[in-house]
Amino acid sequence: MTIKSDLISKVLRNPRGGVSAVVLLVVIICAVFAPLIAPYAYDVQALRNANLDPSWTNWMGTDEFGRDLFSRIIYGARTSLSVAVTAISISVAVGMSIGAAAGYFGGMFDRVVTAAVDLTWSFPEILIALILIAIIGPGLNSTMIAISIAYLAQFTRLTRAQVMALKNETYVEATANLGAGHTHIIFRHLLPNALTPVIVAGMLATGDAIILEATLGFFGLGAQPPTPSWGAMMSSGTAQIFIAPWIIIFPGLAIAITVIAINLFGDAVIEALDIRNRLRDS
Amino acid sequence: MLTFVIKRLASLVPVFLVVSMIIFMIIHLVPGDPIDSIVQIGSTPEQKAELTAKYGLDKPLIVQYGIWLAKLATGDLGEAIILRQPVSTLIAQNLPHSLILGTLALVFSTIVGIAAGAVAAIWKDGFVDRAVMGIILLGSTVPSFWLGLLMILLFAVQLGWFPVSGARSWSALVLPVLTIGFGGVALVARVTRVAMIDIARRDFVMMLHAKGVPAWRIQLQHILRHALLPVVTILSLRIGWILGGAVTIEYVFARPGLGSLLITSLNQRDYPVVQGCLLMLAIAVMLGTLIGDIVQAAMDPRVRERMS
Repeated sequence: MTIKSDLISKVLRNPRGGVSAVVLLVVIICAVFAPLIAPYAYDVQALRNANLDPSWTNWMGTDEFGRDLFSRIIYGARTSLSVAVTAISISVAVGMSIGAAAGYFGGMFDRVVTAAVDLTWSFPEILIALILIAIIGPGLNSTMIAISIAYLAQFTRLTRAQVMALKNETYVEATANLGAGHTHIIFRHLLPNALTPVIVAGMLATGDAIILEATLGFFGLGAQPPTPSWGAMMSSGTAQIFIAPWIIIFPGLAIAITVIAINLFGDAVIEALDIRNRLRDS
Repeated sequence: MLTFVIKRLASLVPVFLVVSMIIFMIIHLVPGDPIDSIVQIGSTPEQKAELTAKYGLDKPLIVQYGIWLAKLATGDLGEAIILRQPVSTLIAQNLPHSLILGTLALVFSTIVGIAAGAVAAIWKDGFVDRAVMGIILLGSTVPSFWLGLLMILLFAVQLGWFPVSGARSWSALVLPVLTIGFGGVALVARVTRVAMIDIARRDFVMMLHAKGVPAWRIQLQHILRHALLPVVTILSLRIGWILGGAVTIEYVFARPGLGSLLITSLNQRDYPVVQGCLLMLAIAVMLGTLIGDIVQAAMDPRVRERMS
């Protein structure tokens, strides 16, 4: 417990870590309590209020259907965060299992896994995601699946490297000699030690996943109307670029602020834990 | 060197087979009978059967894949369902636009990135360094399509310096190249800066200083030259990301190109075109990575040994 509270105070005392933690907290609160915070419903159309300038009644203006942009951005935080966090959690869980098994047991399985990871390594996530969307069709669930598979290689590779480095440590050998089984060694000794770098990498990947979700939404392949998604909102804004540029500006700002905060927070955690090397050499 | 190139090329064959098989499978994994996406609504079962036979959809999958590959070798990628043209014609029309955009973005990222990284490293912790670090943070966190839209808003809509979209003139290339390049510059600048700062601490640099070699010569001739190696490595690893950036940005600027074609076809469910575009993009990524590896091997014999 003391180690945990020590880490938290280290991260928060770092100016970048403290500020980004506050920003992230605000975004998370928006996502969780969207109906309480948003001044209007996200899907109520009022066509005579279409494309209104930002004002006291509509802080960020309205979109082409007269919907309040500020409310839609608050609800959009919900879509963005839930898709990114779910997708990356699945990716981390699956990647850790495959990576740990490959690194620990080696052999044929390891060779197949390594080949698959190498295969996807040079392909950008957006291309992998587009191939998957082509197969499973557009939509928010497909986006989630596509993102989790696009990042799978990263976590598999990282976990495998950690487990390979740890499995030859004396204490692991000692545990094995004391009669511990594979499951005990993997779950009680190797994974807990490999966990930290993978979790931190997962946190940083969540930022990239938010951008990927927004990009797919912008292409019209992610969230479908009227679901508020930051990327899809900008896509409909391109048609109004001459008359209502705020429809493009504010959702993008929301993405940029959230992702920058995630990156700075992740950096502060890496610094506090002093694990930059363990993340790099994989 | 030649054996290295041949070996690397050969190693791409299994990769190509797996990737092409996945892309081939798209049309079969999509929910519904693939023939339904080809026939017109209201066709009789006889017409359907005839088309099924024509497209070879009644044969086993592996045979279909073989036929597909053989056709691919002759440049036959099938026919677009909605655009009613051979897919190869569509790709031939769009590919040059993507190639120009991708190449210019890559050149821009490399030159500006190395310059920015070098300046930041030489005047470490100074004003320029902080500015470059800020650009690095923004370049790696701000979504590129939003950046593209902001550029359109500022330079095309407000100032009217460049066209809003399309590819009718060379000036239409400026904003897309800058947009894709921003992320690339951030990446290259970060690697250059870290590598130069690291090399500046080595013994041989101290030795050069002791010998009285002018500081600018040490920076440019010795430190920067050594730092280029990790830069080439990261570029060869990330070449696919720059090409991937082109996919997104073409669509933002409504430029013709493989990316725009792919996104439009995905939205219209025109699967033969989707397959053709994905295949071309995958090949582009593989060849790009290969060229990166070759450049790296040409620069450093150790790499040649390790990778062959």
